[in-house]
Amino acid sequence: MIQTVKLKGGSPIFDKVFKVMAAIAATYILAIIILIAFQLISGSYPIWDKEGISFLTGSGWNAVEGREVYGAAPYIAGTFVTAGLAMLIGVPISIGIAMFMSELAPKFLRSPLSFVIELLAAVPSVIYGLWGLFIFRDYIKNWIEIPLGNTFGNKVWFLSGAPFGLDIFTTSIVLAIMIIPTISTISREIMIAVPNSQREAAYMLGATKWEVFKMAVIPYSKSGLIGASILGLGRAVGETMAVTMLIGNATGPSAFPSSLFAPGQTMSSIIANEFAEASPGSLHLAALVGIGLILLIVAIAINIVAQLLVSRVLKAHEGAVLA
Amino acid sequence: MITIEQRAEFRKHFRNNISSRLITDKIVKGIVFGCVVLAIVPLTSILLEVVRNGAPTLSIAFFTQEPGAVGSNQLGGIGPAIQGTLMLIGMSSLIGVPVGVMGGIFLSEYGNNKYGHMIRFFNDVLAEFPTIVIGLFAFIVIVLVLGNFSLIAGMFALSIIMLPIITRTTEESLKLVPVTYREAGYALGIKRWVVVTRILLTSAKSGLITGIMLAVARIGGETAPLIFTILGSSQFFTGFDQPMDALPLRIWRLSLLPYNSSIAQGWGAALVLILIVLSLNIGMRYLFLGKRGRGGRFRITAGR
Repeated sequence: MIQTVKLKGGSPIFDKVFKVMAAIAATYILAIIILIAFQLISGSYPIWDKEGISFLTGSGWNAVEGREVYGAAPYIAGTFVTAGLAMLIGVPISIGIAMFMSELAPKFLRSPLSFVIELLAAVPSVIYGLWGLFIFRDYIKNWIEIPLGNTFGNKVWFLSGAPFGLDIFTTSIVLAIMIIPTISTISREIMIAVPNSQREAAYMLGATKWEVFKMAVIPYSKSGLIGASILGLGRAVGETMAVTMLIGNATGPSAFPSSLFAPGQTMSSIIANEFAEASPGSLHLAALVGIGLILLIVAIAINIVAQLLVSRVLKAHEGAVLA
Repeated sequence: MITIEQRAEFRKHFRNNISSRLITDKIVKGIVFGCVVLAIVPLTSILLEVVRNGAPTLSIAFFTQEPGAVGSNQLGGIGPAIQGTLMLIGMSSLIGVPVGVMGGIFLSEYGNNKYGHMIRFFNDVLAEFPTIVIGLFAFIVIVLVLGNFSLIAGMFALSIIMLPIITRTTEESLKLVPVTYREAGYALGIKRWVVVTRILLTSAKSGLITGIMLAVARIGGETAPLIFTILGSSQFFTGFDQPMDALPLRIWRLSLLPYNSSIAQGWGAALVLILIVLSLNIGMRYLFLGKRGRGGRFRITAGR
């Protein structure tokens, strides 16, 4: 009897207090986001003040006092080029994996396979970087870059330069591997959400598996698949450690992505690389914070678009989906 | 709508090219299977290389000693890094878990309104923030204010990364508890907060634990925000307001050194880290994930 009385929860005030506590916790999330945005804006104010719009368009990068000049254009370009290439490689493979898992794989294979893909998602970025730096780089350099460079290096601009292994090409491939689990798991869920009646209608016409996929699954899940890919793009854009370890860390105008086999720099990698040299209060630090702000805006924009596309498809199925 | 002519055309198309269509089908199946192989190869290579290069460095000293002087014969170990990672996980959970669970409770129990939808949306946005930006933020608000790199700043950054994961999984697990449980509680005259804490949270326990483990596995491998916050150190814990080491950070620093012995230690540290992260993920999968199907919000992510 005493136990029941205790369980009832005492005065109604506790109920209010509990609700307020929950609301505070939820508001904390919102507050953190606003605070992050505010701090990045105020922390980068000096650089916008000094460079203005040329911080976005310029390509000079000099932290020597008196000759300071900062332009983020090469790094913005580097981010988009590496992430774009990663999408180019990763999206078709991911869609293929998703198709295999939702349409083709026999039942006993599905669960082990999704487990393997999940393992790929669970490997920390820094380990991808380590593996890329000491293992993958040699394969890429000796088997792909050097033959391609020798054959086409003089004729094709994007294959020029001395292959070194630490460049935009290697980075993009490792990024592609890293976004495959994100895109393929979400794509698989989206394909599973396609009603079977769609497939059956196509089968009834005598379509093969591939035709069913092409005629029934793809049109039905197109926007979700695009959303999944964009979510992968967001992941690639924010990726830091693996990129920092593999991209070769060029600065200034030479960091503009000119060739696949040239070292580059992305927004996240320049922040990670140069942070140790930027003293508090310096313009250098403000420039790095400014790049962080651009990165944040890009990442948020990409994510919101992906969010809207993916959740619309899966809403009926299982609520909003995120990686 | 498809007209009768179109339908006839369809039928003709399907009837006429059977052999070539079957060949296309085979080719596509082959390509798709190739995609799967393409994804498995790097994973196998990563796991094999980490074990092959990392296993020889493992020893008692490797786990317990401080790192030796760079480039010298005294290799030392990664003791401080292991200590730092464990401390960071524990400390971040101190903030991340209660706030995240309360946030999840709000979204699930009180969040069916405009404000709730907004928070849910922003929570999902926060989950995809580049973590390097969160590191910069912690650097500005804690490191610059307190005047030096510290464990506290690292904890703050990692707790922000944990939050959305836990909020999301808590909400999802609470929503899976049948409404009848709530109703039974109310029928007994139990106050709402007791229903939530004693009935719902208990019923959703496995989902909650899954979420926490997912978050821990995530922050355990997180590197980028630590560069700006705990900085790295070669000593065991000296104070909460002092720099500290962590496994992913140590792997990164070791990989940049030009000595083979350091790089070997980097592989060793990578092996330790991957064992922690993967055992969390695998354990969780077998304990909980399989049971409740593949909820969209329970998804494994790795530290960046």
